[in-house]
Amino acid sequence: MTNFALSVENLKVYYHTSGGPVKAVEGVSFNLSKGEKLGLVGESGSGKSTIALALMRSHKPPAIIEEGSINLGQTNLLDLSEENMRKTRLSGISMIPQGAMNSLNPVARIRKQVVDALSDHSFKFKKAERETFLRELMESVELDPKVLNLFPHELSGGMKQRVCIAISISLKPQVIIADEPTSALDVIVQRQVIETLSKVQEELGAACVLIGHDMGLMAQFADKIGIMYAGKLVEIGSVNDIFKNPTHPYTRLLIESLPDTKGKRPLIGIPGLPPSLLNLAPGCSFCLRIEKENRKEIPWVEISKDHFIQKCDICSDYGKVKTKK
Amino acid sequence: MNAEYVLKRFLLFLAVIVVAVSINFIIPRLRDTNPIKERLYQLAAQGGVNVGKMEEMIEVWEKKFGLDQPLWKQYINYWNDVIRLDFGKTIADFTPVINEIMRSAPWTIGMLSVATVIAFVVGTVFGALLAWPKTGNFVKIFVPFLMTLSAIPYYLLGIVMIYTFAIYWPILPTSGAYGFGVRPEWSIEMVLSVISHAIMPAGSIVLTSIGFWGLGMRGMMITTMGEDYMKFAEYKGLKENRIFLSYGVRNAMLPQVTGLAISLGTILAGSVLVEVIFAYPGLGNLLYTAISSNDYFLMQGIMIFVIVSLGFALFVVDLLYPLIDPRINLQEQQS
Amino acid sequence: MKALKLINDNRMLTAGIITLIFVIFFGVIGSWFVDRERADVGAGRPAQPPSLDHWLGTDQQGRDVFADIVYGTPGTLKIGLIAAFVGVGVGTILGFISGYFGGYIDNFIRFISDVFMTIPVLMILIVLASLLDVMSNTMLGLLIAAFGWMGALRVTRAQVLTMRERAYIQVAKLNGVNDLEIIFKEMIPNLLPFIAASLVGASAGAVLASLGLSALGLGPQNEPSIGLTIFWVLHYGALIRELWWWFMPPIIVMVLLFIGLFMITAGLDRIANPRLRTKV
Repeated sequence: MTNFALSVENLKVYYHTSGGPVKAVEGVSFNLSKGEKLGLVGESGSGKSTIALALMRSHKPPAIIEEGSINLGQTNLLDLSEENMRKTRLSGISMIPQGAMNSLNPVARIRKQVVDALSDHSFKFKKAERETFLRELMESVELDPKVLNLFPHELSGGMKQRVCIAISISLKPQVIIADEPTSALDVIVQRQVIETLSKVQEELGAACVLIGHDMGLMAQFADKIGIMYAGKLVEIGSVNDIFKNPTHPYTRLLIESLPDTKGKRPLIGIPGLPPSLLNLAPGCSFCLRIEKENRKEIPWVEISKDHFIQKCDICSDYGKVKTKK
Repeated sequence: MNAEYVLKRFLLFLAVIVVAVSINFIIPRLRDTNPIKERLYQLAAQGGVNVGKMEEMIEVWEKKFGLDQPLWKQYINYWNDVIRLDFGKTIADFTPVINEIMRSAPWTIGMLSVATVIAFVVGTVFGALLAWPKTGNFVKIFVPFLMTLSAIPYYLLGIVMIYTFAIYWPILPTSGAYGFGVRPEWSIEMVLSVISHAIMPAGSIVLTSIGFWGLGMRGMMITTMGEDYMKFAEYKGLKENRIFLSYGVRNAMLPQVTGLAISLGTILAGSVLVEVIFAYPGLGNLLYTAISSNDYFLMQGIMIFVIVSLGFALFVVDLLYPLIDPRINLQEQQS
Repeated sequence: MKALKLINDNRMLTAGIITLIFVIFFGVIGSWFVDRERADVGAGRPAQPPSLDHWLGTDQQGRDVFADIVYGTPGTLKIGLIAAFVGVGVGTILGFISGYFGGYIDNFIRFISDVFMTIPVLMILIVLASLLDVMSNTMLGLLIAAFGWMGALRVTRAQVLTMRERAYIQVAKLNGVNDLEIIFKEMIPNLLPFIAASLVGASAGAVLASLGLSALGLGPQNEPSIGLTIFWVLHYGALIRELWWWFMPPIIVMVLLFIGLFMITAGLDRIANPRLRTKV
């Protein structure tokens, strides 16, 4: 077994509703090496956020992890007891949440919110040591240490997001998940936050899973990109491979839909709607979108080094006529 | 805490006092007769007064009570008196009203505060636990019982309690604040007697209110638990107790406390009837006596006392509120 | 069947409505079958335990207890309804004006409301009630309403403030719909649930207040009401004399009423806030 920072195998997460199971994540597998950055992209409802929750084992009923394993280094997170998983959160794997606006406790000062995580993970500090630690932590996310004395409502959106980043790296985890960390922010602040995130992640040498739907952001930040569609991972490869050689029809459509800064061209969207995940038929889910059907088990094929896709015979060539970038 | 906030709250407090005192002043004067005349006529009917000299007597008494002066002058005199805490004398036996009030107030304040604090604390804790998924089922058994009780007005419960525990199955005393033969001094006997007499009145208030606070807190907790900071607290790998207390309860409490402040008035009002039913010698009972005997000055005095105390209590709560909710400094609370 | 599912999903609300209807029917239909005179003083021999002749016995003054509560219930309900409707009506209108127009009007109305809320209502009612010589149930209702409008005001105002900024109102305005139409077509339908909830709460509060006032002897003495019954109970020491048939029934009827109203409120809450639907 090679040493991956994070290794997910055949993860299946279903939401059990009174109408049947909603297959939010259906057999997703990927690996991340130390320091590697994965961008997980897809439409709303493709399963990306569910994966994030499952990785932290913070999913709540009616979501159940049906099958699969999530390996942090050598440990399968799904085998851990509740208490051990709690200890692993933040120290082994941490998550920067989507809406930092509301992710901080409104009635506690920032200092308390950073320190309580430290205490609950059995980090004991003498006061002087603690203050140094906190100061360095704040500086690493480019925040003035004075922020520690403030309440969340006294900070701006970007500052709050950076506090969340700071907390998420405070215990030097091996894997950091960032679930759409910039969606609620304006463009300039977005850039700052992403730069901060890159910087700390590099300093830590942590693997990172960045979840979002902003391809431009992914292009800048990620090493690898995984495309999610209807709960399945349909393509995964290096950033270059995905942008230069998108192979799965859905990926191709995604890339095509990016506005072209060089020339004027009508915007191209992706036709149709994602399928309902309730009682999803087996087989290729993209075919359904283009009104075809393939019920067979779709093989996961490596088309070039570290570049995999779900190769479905029927829809593979959809839209291939377009010129490549 | 900024000055504007304090000032606003204080002005509100003053406004309440002015309105209350003024209402108290105006209303009785809307009637044709005044309490002096009525009382004298009453006495005359009972044969305790020389009927022939009625007119003169009325004049003398009116002068004594200042009722012969022009209205605006009476208003000013009234304010004068109020400020000096001189509410006049009871019509019944001419003891100073303020003395009667001071005698009864401790009983009411004592019983009510103890009952309210117990009900609020127990109810809130209970409600918070109810909302938390990891609580055992043991807690949940009480819910329908408490919910039912919370719908009933205290005094009805009080009546049932008296019947059950004092008459049908006499283990508790029916009335009063302490036993007949017990001397009111600081002795064990006295303390025990006071407690046993307070159990039912306080108990009826506690039982009916616990459900109310509990349900409110449960609702608040459920809303709080859906907030993003609760999720992040979990991602941080915090211990469960800490998430429950410092993140959950701490935030859910804020509207609860507001609710407490708002309901202080209602609690006080309900206690009037409780005191009457249990013949508990507090302000409520005093008010009832005043009404029954049309003792106007006593009524007024109690009213003002109660309104001002309540207004003051709310003012204090308003001042304390920013201490628990740091966001309030910036703007008026939008409850 | 769709209706059955609707009932099953909202068990609490249904139970509450049924209980309420039961209480109302008890009073309304009961009065068709029971003579009014039986609820008067001297209808029967005093202090008799239940018998075939008097199902719930008689009270200290000879009233047939059953008849008394059959007539007393609608009396109390009348007070509650008048107080609730007038109070909520006034409160809603004021709250709407306050929220919609804002500015000085808003500040003024809010200030008055705050002052009223600070004053312990029952105390004022007690004093007022003691000063009015003759009172009818209707008057008592109005009196209570005078102090019950604040809740509806707060709720309505908060809602109007939220709605004002919402997209659908802005869209309507952009479409050129005039203000009045906006108010009636867009805003009021959204306010209805809150108004309904306020009505239920206000009714409960009003009945509570009326019971309290009447029990103290300050309510109407000429028309039957449950509060009045309680007053006589206290006055004549029914407790000590163990006349359980006299004081238990009115309490039971009132408890049913309150529980009914409570369940309706809880039921409405569950609909409005789906998260409360976890089984407790």
